Amino acid sequence: MDLKILVGGEAGQGVQTVGAVLSRTFTRAGCHVFADQDYESRIRGGHNFFRIRIRDSQVMSISEQIDVLIALNRESMALHCPELDKNGIAITDEFRDPELCQKYNVVNIPMQRLALEKTGNKLSANSVAMGATMALLNLDVEILLQAVRDNFTSGKIADDNVAAAKAGYTYVIENIKERKQVDFSPFVKSPRLLLNGNEAVAAGALAAGCKYLSAYPMTPSTSIIEFMAARQKDFGTVVFQPEDEIAAIHNALGASYAGVRSMTVTSGGGFCLMVEGLGLSAMTETPVVIVLGQRPGPAIGLPTRTEQGDLQFALHASHGDFPRVVLAPSTAEDAFWLTIKSFNLAERYQLPVIVLTDHYLATSYFTVEKFDTSAIFIDRGLPLKEDELGETSDYKRHRVTGSGISPRALPMFSPALVVMDSDEHNEEGHLIEDAATRVRMVDKRMKKLSGLRKDIAFPLIYGPKSANVTLVGWGSTFGPLYEASQALRKQGLSINLLHFTEIWPFPNRAVTGMFTGSEKIFVVENNVSGQFASLFVSETGLKVSGNILKYDGRPFTSSFIMDALGREDL
Amino acid sequence: MAVNLNDYSGLQPAWCPGCGNFGILSALKKALVDLNIAPWQLLIVSGIGQAGKLPHYLKCNTFNSLHGRPVPVAIGAKMGNRQLTVIAVSGDGDGYGEGGNHWIHSMRRNHDITYFVHDNQVYALTRGQASPTSDAGYVSGTTPDGAPPPVNPLAVAVACDASFVARGFAGDVDHLSGLIKQAVTHRGFSLLDILQPCVSFNHVNTYEWYQKRVYKLEEDKAYDPSDKSAAFLKAQEWGDRIPLGIIYLKQRPVIEDSFAALQGEPLARQDPELKRIEDVIQAFI
Repeated sequence: MDLKILVGGEAGQGVQTVGAVLSRTFTRAGCHVFADQDYESRIRGGHNFFRIRIRDSQVMSISEQIDVLIALNRESMALHCPELDKNGIAITDEFRDPELCQKYNVVNIPMQRLALEKTGNKLSANSVAMGATMALLNLDVEILLQAVRDNFTSGKIADDNVAAAKAGYTYVIENIKERKQVDFSPFVKSPRLLLNGNEAVAAGALAAGCKYLSAYPMTPSTSIIEFMAARQKDFGTVVFQPEDEIAAIHNALGASYAGVRSMTVTSGGGFCLMVEGLGLSAMTETPVVIVLGQRPGPAIGLPTRTEQGDLQFALHASHGDFPRVVLAPSTAEDAFWLTIKSFNLAERYQLPVIVLTDHYLATSYFTVEKFDTSAIFIDRGLPLKEDELGETSDYKRHRVTGSGISPRALPMFSPALVVMDSDEHNEEGHLIEDAATRVRMVDKRMKKLSGLRKDIAFPLIYGPKSANVTLVGWGSTFGPLYEASQALRKQGLSINLLHFTEIWPFPNRAVTGMFTGSEKIFVVENNVSGQFASLFVSETGLKVSGNILKYDGRPFTSSFIMDALGREDL
Repeated sequence: MAVNLNDYSGLQPAWCPGCGNFGILSALKKALVDLNIAPWQLLIVSGIGQAGKLPHYLKCNTFNSLHGRPVPVAIGAKMGNRQLTVIAVSGDGDGYGEGGNHWIHSMRRNHDITYFVHDNQVYALTRGQASPTSDAGYVSGTTPDGAPPPVNPLAVAVACDASFVARGFAGDVDHLSGLIKQAVTHRGFSLLDILQPCVSFNHVNTYEWYQKRVYKLEEDKAYDPSDKSAAFLKAQEWGDRIPLGIIYLKQRPVIEDSFAALQGEPLARQDPELKRIEDVIQAFI
């Protein structure tokens, strides 16, 4: 089974609701689901769509062809009917565009009329559409009705939408004889989760014991703030919205100095403002986690679109040299675990850690096996307990050690004074001017890199260990890359995928041994200049045969990658 | 054990001889001893400028942050551990220029911290350029045709409903020390703008110039600092007579009170609620 549904409409028609509820319905039915969203930066009007792909085995990317189009307005019919598979159906209201009705298999349902009849509000037309879809696919409507109920928290709205979904279902059963048969063997009770990248990051932060989030709203990271704010009472977390992103990172540094696991989240534009705080974190050795959800830039760019254009910025932001960590999760599951790891690395090494996501990962839904919470591991680094401080008048916050990591006292926990300075400073934390101390402290901070290199996981190879062609990717492009490499291997090509999620410090030793020198390497990434390719080449000395790039603000699909590779001389 | 002045003796200051900062440092130490706050219970977060060096010349928990950023670091630290007495320290360039946005919004939200702005009306660290509080027409290397009109920090603070707005003078250590004690014990955002003569670069607003003009508001029995309109007028008094003391005082809830997590043990001492994570994960099914 590989069922592709697209729901389209204008902002305000509930496209997102249909997408999320249907995704939940199929996940609960035991299917694997992947869904992505395409929307404009507006609250009403325009054209938005939500694509859901449903399979009986793992699925991690979207397909450009669709089986079922749910068109909530005329524009969606015109735009998306051409994407229908030859056996596909379009479900729409009573628009009856003669040309489209003749060319495609169109099912007209009086969505708005039924919604008005049942609820007095034509806005629940989207729930009518969901019910009708279940009927047309000959599926049990009960799982849908429960998912609708769970989606709307308040009683009357939930009841109305359930009634609307039932009406859509009944209408199809009573009036439409020709219904699609879908093989739904995987319909079993299953504990799989459905979540998007931002939900995974937020849940990961809570699981890591993050107690302080200061962040200024910015697409695509805002939903992380809202998710954590909604749960701040349960988790004893402070979620604070300051005046700007400069404040956000400095708030997080202040809370972290006091001893609290702290983070901030933003997008590239907000990260621009935070950069001086990044340097302050490094200089004062104050741990902080920064989630940077990329979107196409520069400036405001394409606010609701995706890109991997901030990698080199994340690697080099701030003046001066200092160690940092850059992680780039590939899926929602990865985002959960890497967010936990980001806090551990930030506190173990007392430095800034950047978690690089993007709009595509942030807003796409994945089904994943239930997280094993017994595997959650929290490492707070080296905070000293009261009885370990010894002679407190001697305490040196930046004591030089073999690892470069200084034992960390927290202010107000003991008489030990915690002194730090953004100026170059001595071990006590007081500002200095002399050359010898400057060199000693730079070396101390940079020493952390050797420990960090051991904690950075190697990239994984998918497919045979060696192959004639290697696709190299990083972060959120994993799904389409994995599916493209599998499909090409089935076609007989000797191909594998090398995918990076822990980017900096670059795991170069792991990579150089993987290649003999005769392979063709193609780096695939969502930006115009091949930012990861430059890093890969400079860190490994390997030769790259070509770049497969995309910078139209839209995510990769496996067919795009296959087509691009097809044009190369393999 | 009672705290004494020796507990606060820090590094030798690198300020110019006669700098107004010496008076502020003495007044602060005296206030802390009088309030019996031990160095380990105090955090001073400073910015960049001559004022930003202040915590190094004391001995206490110190975070010397970036230019304009002491307030956001200080409010984060206060939320992180509300048992800390938190003082943020800026100069007029640091606080009212580079950090202006933080200053305005922190007053509005009423964070429970104290904010000293050492106001010498000049950029002294970078040698004499115009600052946000320089007099109109002040000529410097970067303003050869004269500075534009200054900001009135106390009037801005009253407009933002800052819960404690006061002015001190580095040349009157005892009076300043008294104001510092009131500012530190006030629950809410306390702005203390401190007139600080700069002996190297500001040859107009000297000790003598101020001494001829300043008077103490508390000696005017008719003045009511809880009257916002009166405070707004008083904040604009400048020239022949310059008021010192509490300009505006309003008891109102602090932002920390609005967070459930900040009601009990300090946030830094709370263990993560890991049992709850199962509920969050369950909700994804």
